[in-house]
Amino acid sequence: MNQVPNSAMIEMRNVSKWYGQFQVLTDCSTRVSKGEVIVVCGPSGSGKSTLIKCVNGLEVFQQGEVIVDGTSVGDPKTDLPRLRAHVGMVFQHFELFPHMTITDNLTIGQIKVLRRSKEEAQEKAARLLDRVGLKQQAHKHPGQLSGGQQQRVAIARALCMDPICMLFDEPTSALDPEMINEVLDVMVELAKEGMTMMCVSHEMGFARKVAHRVIFMDQGRIIEDATRDEFFGTPRSERAQLFLSKILSH
Amino acid sequence: MNYHWNWGIFLEQVKGGDETYLNWLLTGFGWTVAVSLSAWVMALALGILLGVLRTVPSRALVAAATAWVELFRNIPLLVQMFLWFFVMPELLPADWGLWVKQEMPAKEFFTATICLGLFTSSRVAEQVRAGIQALPGGQLMAGLAMGLTLPQTYRHVLLPTALRMVVPPLTSEFMNVFKNSSVAFAIGVMELTFQAKQMQEDSEQGIETFLAVTLLYFICAFSANRVMAVIERRTRIPGTAADVAAQS
Ligand SMILES: Nc1ncnc2c1ncn2[C@@H]1O[C@H](COP(=O)(O)OP(=O)(O)OP(=O)(O)O)[C@@H](O)[C@H]1O
Ligand SMILES: [Mg+2]
Repeated sequence: MNQVPNSAMIEMRNVSKWYGQFQVLTDCSTRVSKGEVIVVCGPSGSGKSTLIKCVNGLEVFQQGEVIVDGTSVGDPKTDLPRLRAHVGMVFQHFELFPHMTITDNLTIGQIKVLRRSKEEAQEKAARLLDRVGLKQQAHKHPGQLSGGQQQRVAIARALCMDPICMLFDEPTSALDPEMINEVLDVMVELAKEGMTMMCVSHEMGFARKVAHRVIFMDQGRIIEDATRDEFFGTPRSERAQLFLSKILSH
Repeated sequence: MNYHWNWGIFLEQVKGGDETYLNWLLTGFGWTVAVSLSAWVMALALGILLGVLRTVPSRALVAAATAWVELFRNIPLLVQMFLWFFVMPELLPADWGLWVKQEMPAKEFFTATICLGLFTSSRVAEQVRAGIQALPGGQLMAGLAMGLTLPQTYRHVLLPTALRMVVPPLTSEFMNVFKNSSVAFAIGVMELTFQAKQMQEDSEQGIETFLAVTLLYFICAFSANRVMAVIERRTRIPGTAADVAAQS
């Protein structure tokens, strides 16, 4: 591998965003290196989803810069579909396409965006379904699967596009407790393989296990951007402490 | 009441002609079906396009589509018929207008079809818009996030689910097209209502005439309803609430 160690996959510089008068993001800067796993946490409404959606241009921002693999997301000349094709995204509510079979969910992007042949796409879909343990469900529709299974399909769907990095927006918070681990297991494995990941999540067990860094947000600002050991060990902002004590207590 | 019933009237010759009254009604039925189905195809195509345009992230397109819908929805259908038939040719360049008035083949039919198609398109557009807006917002994001363009996301992600959702309201629009097509008689399309009126005056058996016509309109509306029911069943998505309800 001739990868430059520590080269940036995602770089955010002083990103600010407003909804009318209301400022959702204030001066957010951070950087995710290749192969790094970042967990973003913070209270509800602090702007975590908005921040992560700025990475693939699903949300526009008025100030600052976001660079993904050398491409500026906010630049009007950027071919966003092309950029997004290789930035995987997993949503809180799965967002599988309900009218398609699981296989079709996994092949549509490959066929329509990456212009792969149907056979090639199906082969890849089968391989990734097998990897998340859902080979048997290929012919079913999303409505016939449990939440945990649907989220694993959503991860497989993103992986089919050969992503250079993956964004997760609270991938387990809509799941029943007994299904959380099956999804986290897939994510842990992905992290261990060296996937670059930016995860909005309150699963601190997951963060402890695989995160390189943890970002804490409050009221649209990045309050804390620390290595995992710093974040869980040594002193940090009061807000983050309070937040942590709340979510770790239950 | 001293009404003289005569159910055999349908097989009698019309006055001064060599066809039966039944012939008249069936010809009328044929025109009714022709106008209605052509208008419906047009209304679906245009209505889906306009419904989509009312939901896209472009103020200009939304405003244009909204203006269209409001225009065709808020003028009475009969007035629209007259506008297209009598006023529109006057607004065309002189030689076109003359052609429309004097030479255009089947001009009553085409005028009625276009008018009914446009009127219905505004109603279809409203249903399609509502269907798209009822989808969870994440579906659009998921389509875009995998690299689909906005048109591709509509085509492959949003419309297939939105259109399934609006099959029931579109069923009543489809049935309405047949009923509304009777307005075409006002500009001289020899459809069912036109023929009924002619038969009633010619035969003086008004009750039989209008009972028969009622039955023919009922057949149209009922068939429309059945066709849509079949479409709904065939396109039902496995694992959805509607599917589970149908299975049990
Ligand atoms: N379309 C919008 N218009 C106006 N305000 C919005 C809009 N979308 C989000 N917001 C506001 O922006 C803020 C940040 O929202 P965001 O969804 O990013 O928060 P979050 O940290 O992801 O919260 P949660 O943990 O609840 O998902 C919230 O206060 C929210 O109310
Ligand atoms: Mg959120």
